[in-house]
Amino acid sequence: MPSLLEVRDLEVKFALRSGNIKAIDGVSFQLDPGERMGLVGESGAGKSVTGFAIINLISKPGFISRGSIHFEGKEISAYSFEKMRKIRGNRISMIFQDPMMTLNPVYTIGFQMIETLRAHRDMSKSEARAIALEKLKLVQMPSPEKRLDQYPHELSGGMRQRIIIAISLLADPAIIIADEPTTALDVTIQAEIMDLLQELCEKQKMGLILITHDLGVVSQVTEKIAVMYAGKIIEYGPTETVVHHPVHPYTIGLIGSIPGSIEPGRDLKQIPGMMPTLTNIPPGCAFNPRCELAADICTRQTPVLEEKQNGIMAACHMK
Amino acid sequence: MIAFIIRRVLQAVVVMLVISLVVFAIKNQFGDPVRDLVGERVTPEERQQIADKMGLNDPFFVQYGRFVKNAVTQGDLGRSFLYNKPNLEVIANHAPATIELVLGTALIIIVLSLPLGVYCALKPRSWLSRFTMSFSTLGVSMPVFLTAILLIYLFAVHWRILPSYGRGETVDLFGNGIWMTGLLTVDGLKHLILPCISLSTLMLPLFIRLIRSEMMEVLETEYIKYAWAKGLSPRRVWLVHAFKNTLLPVITVFGVQIGIMFAFTLLTELVFQWPGMGFMFLEAVNRADLSLLIAYLVVVAALFVVVNTVVDILYGFINPTVRITGTK
Repeated sequence: MPSLLEVRDLEVKFALRSGNIKAIDGVSFQLDPGERMGLVGESGAGKSVTGFAIINLISKPGFISRGSIHFEGKEISAYSFEKMRKIRGNRISMIFQDPMMTLNPVYTIGFQMIETLRAHRDMSKSEARAIALEKLKLVQMPSPEKRLDQYPHELSGGMRQRIIIAISLLADPAIIIADEPTTALDVTIQAEIMDLLQELCEKQKMGLILITHDLGVVSQVTEKIAVMYAGKIIEYGPTETVVHHPVHPYTIGLIGSIPGSIEPGRDLKQIPGMMPTLTNIPPGCAFNPRCELAADICTRQTPVLEEKQNGIMAACHMK
Repeated sequence: MIAFIIRRVLQAVVVMLVISLVVFAIKNQFGDPVRDLVGERVTPEERQQIADKMGLNDPFFVQYGRFVKNAVTQGDLGRSFLYNKPNLEVIANHAPATIELVLGTALIIIVLSLPLGVYCALKPRSWLSRFTMSFSTLGVSMPVFLTAILLIYLFAVHWRILPSYGRGETVDLFGNGIWMTGLLTVDGLKHLILPCISLSTLMLPLFIRLIRSEMMEVLETEYIKYAWAKGLSPRRVWLVHAFKNTLLPVITVFGVQIGIMFAFTLLTELVFQWPGMGFMFLEAVNRADLSLLIAYLVVVAALFVVVNTVVDILYGFINPTVRITGTK
């Protein structure tokens, strides 16, 4: 089966006055139809930039400087604006982090749903409204008919995120990219939204790229994981294996820092130090200053992502 | 929505009361109306009698109450001795000229600042944007009277294509002699051009800059980024999603500025010998017609309050979040 999305050797740079900075450095992964993948890492690791790079919507002054993105068999990274526009919100939808900021405050929910459909399909407003209503029911929105005529500020954060999920479903996309979709929500709502997202993806055979720093969420929802550190993927494999038998010291540290992964009453493990800023990534393995296993080679040579045990790919000299 | 409108109107009434109180207090502090009326050669006893008759010896708030009562029930704001007519009638005769001047200026500002401001926000690096921005700095820093004299020199003296003073030919709008309009004759419109341009030079750059910076800010928001992610066309993102949010703060400022413009016409009216309220005000100052001055201040304040109230209500219609807080 050909993969739905194949990102190969993606590099994203930001053009600053002091020169170009690499935010993403040689990221490769692929997604099969209906497959759910987690993109995990600390803030600033390049997860969101990777997500936005797929639909070519990186904030200025960022740009794709190398690599390719194949979607449904076509190379889309160099598409014109108009060709790319037809993919956005249509074949690949996005869900943003903060539902309080994502909807335009001065237009009704119905207005914002209908316009999305009509940007991609040639249909009347009433046809579009009917589909919008159907999708609101799909995300289990209470009294969906009423919501269409309401403004965003009349709804709670959880409801707004349901609406955004409904908007992302409007055109029956092949992939949904969800950028920290539950970070801004209450814990109880978080679980509801994640369950909903997982259920919808399974039912509708949609691919999901879940961008998050929450390994717990990823392990429940996704089938595979890519762990990012300082703009690179450093571990990539089936969720089950990565969570229970991680290879890279960074991933081991991340999993060790989840509450519940060790016996109660003991201090949680921490990874010492901070992720380097993009302007000042150490030579060799970017993780070496924080790594317990770091040896001489780690400061001299950048490790490549290669197959280790259990079919996991990891970038580490010591394993 | 109705509750919101009622609330705004009540607020406006309170504001008017406060303003009239301040203005009335000023009147009490300046000059002696009895001396203005009868001159020097009257005995103190007679003066006292006249003052009693006019109610000038009553307590302040009794006088103020009478002033408000006369103003509200009879529309009586006193009598101008300069024109020897009721103040309100004098002002009503001069108001149309000023109102037309402000309307023409507002029109110029809206028609030019919206497209230019939006364009400068969307294409900040283009040469037209750079030109507009530097030219607008020039516009802001030039005083109105200088711009006006420059315009008169160029268009009226040098090229001789536009008239330099007065309102030109006017016609009676309602047929009752109150509203003489210059908007319906070619000559009247020609006379309107230069004063409107010179009055707009002050506010136009301000609005271009305001719209530009508001729009740039809106373009950076999450919901605009989301609009792109939904695959909307640039036209739709810019003109539907960004534009309406840009307008919200601009509308409020516009309301205040239109109000201020009624006061700012003073200089323009002087330079162009425009027979409006500002011109009348200057005459009243020259001749120390205190009663007319007070009436003018009250009327201008009322115009200001009315314009702002209308704009606020308009704002409530455009911004859905205001409506809700208003009805709660």
